[in-house]
Amino acid sequence: MNTRITIAQDSAEVPVFYLVDEHEHAEGASTALGFWIYLMSDCLIFAVLFAIFGVLGGNYAAGPSPKDLFDLPLVAVNTSMLLLSSITYGFAMLTMEKGHIGATQIWLAVTALFGVAFVGIELSEFAHMIHEGATPQRSAFLSSFFTLVGTHGLHVTFGLVWMVTLMVQVAQHGLVEANRRRLMCLSMFWHFLDVIWIGVFTFVYLMGMLR
Amino acid sequence: MSAGTHVVHADHAVGHGHGSLRSYLIGFCLSVVLTAIPFWLVMSGALDSRQATALTIMVFAAAQIVVHMIFFLHMSARSENGWTMMALIFTLVIVGITLSGSLWVMYHLNVNMMPGHGMSQMR
Repeated sequence: MNTRITIAQDSAEVPVFYLVDEHEHAEGASTALGFWIYLMSDCLIFAVLFAIFGVLGGNYAAGPSPKDLFDLPLVAVNTSMLLLSSITYGFAMLTMEKGHIGATQIWLAVTALFGVAFVGIELSEFAHMIHEGATPQRSAFLSSFFTLVGTHGLHVTFGLVWMVTLMVQVAQHGLVEANRRRLMCLSMFWHFLDVIWIGVFTFVYLMGMLR
Repeated sequence: MSAGTHVVHADHAVGHGHGSLRSYLIGFCLSVVLTAIPFWLVMSGALDSRQATALTIMVFAAAQIVVHMIFFLHMSARSENGWTMMALIFTLVIVGITLSGSLWVMYHLNVNMMPGHGMSQMR
């Protein structure tokens, strides 16, 4: 081995068996794909919670059933809040593309308000249910319900924290490349949560009323 | 993935498109319709059979998820040279196995463990 290395070093051209110059990766070029893979793993968390709800959703333990608890008009209002926040985030992305800082901030604020309304309505629904004695401890149905819907609500809450953080970032540094990338990641996160909510209102609320 | 065959390193930076105002509005209108119909079906009880209603709202949910993927998340077979689509397909397979497997196994477990059920035939 030693002799071979010295031979290689002696010769004018040292053979190299790997790529010396890695081709250019723009900063943050792989962020979108990496974040997408994170979202897919998050999707698996929700899939498991949906599976648990699917298995335990009918075990009321002689307690309240979905028909006693769910208020469909309220759920419809909640759904529209999240849907409206999705389209306003879309507008924020479009104004970001054009480089209008003020308009982007306004659309982000509108999105955040819809998000706060969503979390607020959900918390008041939870509070109402718990007040009526429908706590997570009451039955397997309620445990799985609070876990699934609560996990989604927690995601939306953290999305709101993220949104406020980015609004401060944009206010301080403007729409620089890094902030655009972060806003794009939050956009994917926000729309992804809306996709999960489609599953929640269909399988938990609407199917629950049909049981 | 035919898109993967003409990979050019220069287009690494071409990640997710952001869509246009038109695509966002089309997606939003479709979503509103696809949300309103299931709610109306359940709240009014327009369809007599529960199973038909359940099946219909599941179809609407699947359609709305596809609409969101295309118009809001800008999914296409070409974004990131097809890797986002590959990750999505892989996830959907795992999700399908998790959901159908859990429901199938636990349903049969429930049916077979029902007290008193099938005891008379066993004798």
